Amino acid sequence: MNLHGIRAIYKFEMARMKRTVMQSVLSPVISTCLYFVVFGSAIGSRMGDINNISYGAYIIPGLVMLSLLMQSISNASFGIYMPKFSGTIYEVLSAPVSYVEVVLGYVGAAASKSVILGLIILATARLFVDYHVLHPFWMVSFLVLTAVTFSLFGFIIGIWADGFEKLQIVPMMIVTPLVFLGGTFYSIDMLPEIWQTISLFNPVVYLISGFRWAFYGVADVHVGVSVGMTLVFLTLCMTTIWWIFRTGYRLRP
Amino acid sequence: MQSDISVRHLNKTYGDGFQALKDINLEIHPGEIFALLGPNGAGKTTLISIICGLVNMTSGKVTAGGFDIVSQYRKARETIGLVPQELNTDSFETVWDAVSFSRGLFGKAPNPGHIEKVLKALSLWDKRNNRIMSLSGGMKRRVMIAKALSHEPQILFLDEPTAGVDVELRRDMWNLVRQLRESGVTIILTTHYIEEAEEMADRIGVIRQGEIILVEEKSRLMSKLGKKELRLQLQHQLDRVPGELTLEPVELSEDGWELIFNFDSQHEQAGVARLLRTLGELGIEYRDLQTRESSLEEIFVGLLND
Repeated sequence: MNLHGIRAIYKFEMARMKRTVMQSVLSPVISTCLYFVVFGSAIGSRMGDINNISYGAYIIPGLVMLSLLMQSISNASFGIYMPKFSGTIYEVLSAPVSYVEVVLGYVGAAASKSVILGLIILATARLFVDYHVLHPFWMVSFLVLTAVTFSLFGFIIGIWADGFEKLQIVPMMIVTPLVFLGGTFYSIDMLPEIWQTISLFNPVVYLISGFRWAFYGVADVHVGVSVGMTLVFLTLCMTTIWWIFRTGYRLRP
Repeated sequence: MQSDISVRHLNKTYGDGFQALKDINLEIHPGEIFALLGPNGAGKTTLISIICGLVNMTSGKVTAGGFDIVSQYRKARETIGLVPQELNTDSFETVWDAVSFSRGLFGKAPNPGHIEKVLKALSLWDKRNNRIMSLSGGMKRRVMIAKALSHEPQILFLDEPTAGVDVELRRDMWNLVRQLRESGVTIILTTHYIEEAEEMADRIGVIRQGEIILVEEKSRLMSKLGKKELRLQLQHQLDRVPGELTLEPVELSEDGWELIFNFDSQHEQAGVARLLRTLGELGIEYRDLQTRESSLEEIFVGLLND
């Protein structure tokens, strides 16, 4: 295994985060803080508890998940798209690195950045809302698993995209609505029965539900189903990436 | 002697049906400078891209450093350094970081001493902490070469290395290429500047419409296909080529003051002697004569027009 190669890609991508700290870290932290202020402190104080959890605390897992998903996709898609755009991808393609090593470098860095960001947001949330974590191990596991899965998804988008607009389409037009409708601000039990059934087709419901269970021990769906659905999506992404490298799709003509 | 690069029956057809390479066979020997010449769209870059792993081949077999580029791609790619045609660099990185990144990518442990040596050889040492975006085009070209040399490759591909660089930098590049060859690196370069190939190459390959039409040692190529031209400045103006000279390929200049004789460099003695003897017999006097050997560029253009 080319460990030096993986390390080179990983270091390069992490250095990019340092260079763009305003955009990579500060901007999502500020956005999430605004959610805490508006929905947690201002409106939340007038809302009733959900499952005996204050509204401000209830929305924390969903908001962390929102940032985690968006940043994982954004980091990984930009990470691989930029070398394609600037032409520097030639170096990666001509280097003695396997596709597994390329993915480990790019996706590993993207997921690391997202996990760091998630932890920063959790720490910042403490300033606004009192919350606790019932299952710390599972909380970190969900954080890492989701970051890796959606970084893989972002990697696929970065290879598929042939313009900056396409990079934004999936996160903005698909992922954001799914997160908002996936139980970030409410429990799906609060919806009419038909909408509860429809919500079960939204994969983000399982992510937020599982993550929330790690915090408070309450969930919309069983935690095992949440882990299972995340692993299914992870497998789908890995299979797609395997196919991309096997065929050279948009990388090697 | 085992070839550093061996290409056997290589074909490439792109998805749109365009056949870029047709049954290419090529052997490149260790330690030589091989110049690949051809017009735009001839297939030079496709050939290099396949050997370096940027483009998938349709059929054939290619080895680099004795390793198959598909089944032993790691070993094969470790031996290769590539300087592409375009100035593809990461603008926000410093020179040092960019070159160190390339070394790591190719599986080599950090070696600041080697990076320093490469940067000094390319006159980049003073710029090592500068961001690449702040460098001139010529300096960026040097960075590309430094990146390609960072992992100490045995084979170096230079795809149009001096395109768009000034004369001074071009001379520097040529010196660097010679130094690399002396250190045992095999160099394959594509170029539009025929004088570059003439100046540096040991062997020359010409590719046209995806086919290799000629591979030859430069000196043999020039003696085999080269033409010589003899120009005689006459004492008295002529209005036509005398009939006695029509057996020779002799032309009269438009103003009638020069006789021009083109001949194969391999048969120069007989043709020139016969011409001068005939002129003497006809009493045609000349005050001066000049000979000129055709350049590689003229040979190249001749090959493409055949």
